[in-house]
Amino acid sequence: MKQTATTMSAHRFGYTFSPIGMIALAVILFWAFVAAFAPHLVPYSPGKIVDTDFFGPISSKFWLGSDYLGRDMLSRIIMGARYTLGVSLAGVLIATTSGVVLGMAAAVIGGWFDTLLSRFMDAMLSIPSKLFGLVVVAAVGSSLPALILTLAFIYTPGSFRFARALAVNVNTMDFVAVARIRGESTLYLVCAEILPNIIRPVLADFGIRFVFIVLLLSGLSFLGLGVQPPLADWGALVHENIQSLSYASAAVIAPSLAIASLTISVNLLIDNLPRKIRDRSA
Amino acid sequence: MTNLVEIRNLHVEATTDAGRRIEIIKGVDLDIAKGEIVALIGESGSGKTTIALSLMGYARRGCEITKGSLLVDGKDMARLSEKQRQQVRGTEVAYVPQSAAAAFNPSATIIDQVFEVTRIHKLMPPAQARLRAIELFRALSLPDAENIGNRYPHQVSGGQLQRLAAAMALIGDPKLMIFDEPTTALDVTTQIDVLKAFKSVMQQGGIAGVYVSHDLAVVAQIADRIVVLKDGEVQETGTTQDILQAPKHPYTRELLAAFEPRHFEFSGRKEAAATPLLRIEDVTSGYGQIQADGLPLIRAVRSVSFELEKGRNLGIIGESGCGKSTLARTISGMLPASAGRVLFDGQEMPPASKNRTRDQLQHMQIVFQSADTALNPAKPIEDILGRPLTFYHGMSAQDRSKRVDELLDMVHLPRNLRYRHPAELSGGQKQRVNFARALAAEPKLIICDEITSALDTVVATAIIELLKELQRELDLSYIFISHDLSVVEAICDEIVVMYHGEKVEQLTREGIKAPKHPYSKLLFSSVPKLDPAWLDNLVLEPELVRQYVG
Amino acid sequence: MNSEIGRLILKRLGIAIITLVIVSFAVFFTTNMLPGDTATILLGQAATPEAVAGLREAMHLNDPAITRFFHWAFGFVTGDLGKSYANNMEISTLIGNRFLNTLELAAITTVIAVPFALTLGITSAVARGSLYDRIVTVLTIGVISVPEFVIASTAVLIFAVYLRWLPAISFVNEIHSVSDMLRMYAMPVVTLTFVVSAQIIRMTRAAVIETLDTPYVEMALLKGASRSRMVLRHALPNALGPIVNALALSLSYLIGGVIIIETIFNYPGIAKLMVDAVATRDLPLIQTCAVIFCAGYLILITIADIIAIISNPRLRK
Repeated sequence: MKQTATTMSAHRFGYTFSPIGMIALAVILFWAFVAAFAPHLVPYSPGKIVDTDFFGPISSKFWLGSDYLGRDMLSRIIMGARYTLGVSLAGVLIATTSGVVLGMAAAVIGGWFDTLLSRFMDAMLSIPSKLFGLVVVAAVGSSLPALILTLAFIYTPGSFRFARALAVNVNTMDFVAVARIRGESTLYLVCAEILPNIIRPVLADFGIRFVFIVLLLSGLSFLGLGVQPPLADWGALVHENIQSLSYASAAVIAPSLAIASLTISVNLLIDNLPRKIRDRSA
Repeated sequence: MTNLVEIRNLHVEATTDAGRRIEIIKGVDLDIAKGEIVALIGESGSGKTTIALSLMGYARRGCEITKGSLLVDGKDMARLSEKQRQQVRGTEVAYVPQSAAAAFNPSATIIDQVFEVTRIHKLMPPAQARLRAIELFRALSLPDAENIGNRYPHQVSGGQLQRLAAAMALIGDPKLMIFDEPTTALDVTTQIDVLKAFKSVMQQGGIAGVYVSHDLAVVAQIADRIVVLKDGEVQETGTTQDILQAPKHPYTRELLAAFEPRHFEFSGRKEAAATPLLRIEDVTSGYGQIQADGLPLIRAVRSVSFELEKGRNLGIIGESGCGKSTLARTISGMLPASAGRVLFDGQEMPPASKNRTRDQLQHMQIVFQSADTALNPAKPIEDILGRPLTFYHGMSAQDRSKRVDELLDMVHLPRNLRYRHPAELSGGQKQRVNFARALAAEPKLIICDEITSALDTVVATAIIELLKELQRELDLSYIFISHDLSVVEAICDEIVVMYHGEKVEQLTREGIKAPKHPYSKLLFSSVPKLDPAWLDNLVLEPELVRQYVG
Repeated sequence: MNSEIGRLILKRLGIAIITLVIVSFAVFFTTNMLPGDTATILLGQAATPEAVAGLREAMHLNDPAITRFFHWAFGFVTGDLGKSYANNMEISTLIGNRFLNTLELAAITTVIAVPFALTLGITSAVARGSLYDRIVTVLTIGVISVPEFVIASTAVLIFAVYLRWLPAISFVNEIHSVSDMLRMYAMPVVTLTFVVSAQIIRMTRAAVIETLDTPYVEMALLKGASRSRMVLRHALPNALGPIVNALALSLSYLIGGVIIIETIFNYPGIAKLMVDAVATRDLPLIQTCAVIFCAGYLILITIADIIAIISNPRLRK
């Protein structure tokens, strides 16, 4: 009885977010804005050597100091946001879309189609992601499109398994049985009966998977195998400037903080989502 | 002090998911004398379990006892420290849960858990505790008392587990036992033994008890006094006799009315139609790999045949696992029959629904037990009701909207409900929508699979009345599947009794009083009656029980 | 042990072997998608066509891919790992010591991280909602959300730059004393422990909370059991399967972590070898390293699944 009362208010008035969730959302929107308008926001051309000193200190002229060649760090981080967010977003979009479509199809169609696909995806899942990344990068190189496809390929099996599990659950519900014996087509079952009931946890999973992809991309770039010069995402910025770590230069700390602020915010936002959305996405 | 339990002005609050606090127990007073059994009765959400648990100084996660005193043997459970409460639990107050199957730890043997209480409270040495446990197993008439405790919980039956849970509660020699719907999950034939065992140990030990239940007939057998609860408040308190014979509160009367034998008019204008509406011949179906003989490994339905004439109703009754729901799924084509034929209006239908024509599908609709899972939670009611209208009748948006209003009128729901989602409806409302969706197809036959069993008695009665009313207006036939004889009796012209996948007997309404097959006899006589002396006077042939109750 | 358990374990082992075959197949073919001709890449653009053809012959590059896969797989099983493209050394020689170094690093980390993380995970689950639990949860989210190299950099900043306790890089061949060894392993182990523990804590906490919410734990409470009895007697035995599984899954982060940590600390292990091999596109070496890692991980999750099967009380007779 009390359950009915709460769901009712949740439906009517939308969800209330905790303060932590609000802050996290603000950080994410900030980075999204930076990435979208990066070329208009940079104080200096990111590729140009502007400081006479390398690893220059933080100053009023160079807010985050300069890098190993004397380029402005702030500009490079602003441009880096484009690559980190852009590549990751493209990757996660492809991964989630293909994972969810295949997952729902496997759940509804069942039979050998489901068995074969699931077995293959499970095998792919048993390759640690970073290792997978190394192998694929070794094979196809690290141009931006290759990176996006690699990341998408690595995270599709996880998305598949998640969506399939949800869809299998929904598929056993009586309302799907009712639709089926009404004579509805498979396409209708998937689009009208199953998808609307898994979309919220799938969106939460989208966020989690986005973090995974940001982490993997940064890791690959850090190893010098991700985004290649002259372009640089945040991971590559750390890679370029890692020698300056021993004197704690902003050139290595600032991009690290940028990554951390983005990924922690996404995770905190998901953790502070209303229970109703989150529960099925653990 | 004369009373063992004195609850005064108890208030319990719960925190909802959204973080709001609502009061679920609103000032309850309750007395229990030594050795007296008091029943708490009410529908789901009435707060009966919350009150019972508060007697152990315990509130479930998210709940909190906010006001009032809970004296048990002079100790206020609401004020004790957690440590002091631990000492009372299991020794002075003991608990028998609703589902013993879930309340036993799956990774320990039964006997270890039964005498765990003696170990926790250091009541007696283990060897003695073991003997005492076996003694209790015997007192509760459990088979193989010496060895049953050495098994793991998943290795014994539900009825036995429920009695083992009682043994677990009794071993600490409590002054007060709390029974939390202990027989609700059991079949009626199993329930008898469990109830008898409970009653005899309580009487012998002179133990006081709180018996939480929604079933007035069960409570009548075991309780000295009955407390009727609704929405966290006491509606009426009285001796069992008084409540049953002279109920004062309207809600109590409603509860009792649900038990009254309903006046029944034959639904059937008995036309001597040449072809029956539905005819099934030697249908066999089941699950698992197909064997060499073309039949599945596990045959849930074996060679069942019956006929249903137009405008009449057929009830299918049996206990859990008898194959009645599988039969419904087979008729509807969700689970294709492995053998036998299904004829509708004289026309043979393909076994699988996907091979049936849209026309065939439209004329036979099925309504499922749980409206929670039968309605798509992501869609508003108007879409749920609108889809069959578009699908079968190709209605335009305007016609559809008008028809949705009519359908809501038919099932007596307010029209503005169409904009809501299923989660915003009560259980009874959801079941009405569930039914309206079947009506939207304009079928000739509706298969109702346990549609009232998830509902409270009063709500269920109203649904049955609705079904009858619609039948008069719309020229429908029903197949009514249930484990509850009184429900089937209230609406059906004929009744098929199933046991172990087979049809054991088909009875007319008049024949219900005198079933011939021994299993039907056992089943019908096991249904509790409001008469408090019913259980004591009930004599079942032990031979019969051994044969059919496992 | 009964036949049902035996059957399930055999089935699980079968799945593991099939998975390993699929995975090695995937690794082999992915690395063979390389655009351009391997022989030309190896010999450079200036090589004569005869030399390229000769090399192709020698490397069986003219055979169909499937034949090469079986040839390679057979060699792998019999210990013939082939030669590195980069310096023509036997791969087994290249891997030998480095493999042991990585195992050492992983073993030390596991020995420290597992008890530490299990304790934190179980206690925070038991104290769910308390300040302690919230602090642990926020810290684990923090660590999980951040790339390993950020954790490593932070550790370097704190322990090597500000506190000057430890050197920022490892050279295992320079060990002369116990304190040397401590100093060499300290940074990689500390960083890896953080990364792996966060995962274990998170998953263990979830597993224990799930069992704490079961009716049988509530029943134990209503029998008057103390908190510790509820947890130790009733919750943990039933959480064993999920916890072991959480452990195995978390150890995959050990593999991912090792790749970054060996690079950042210049630790001479097999992961560093593999990263270098990727940079030089040394295919046979990459294939071998990848399969070793995958096999290691598969062994871990298979062991975890088998423990879960054995500890499932519903399978007892």
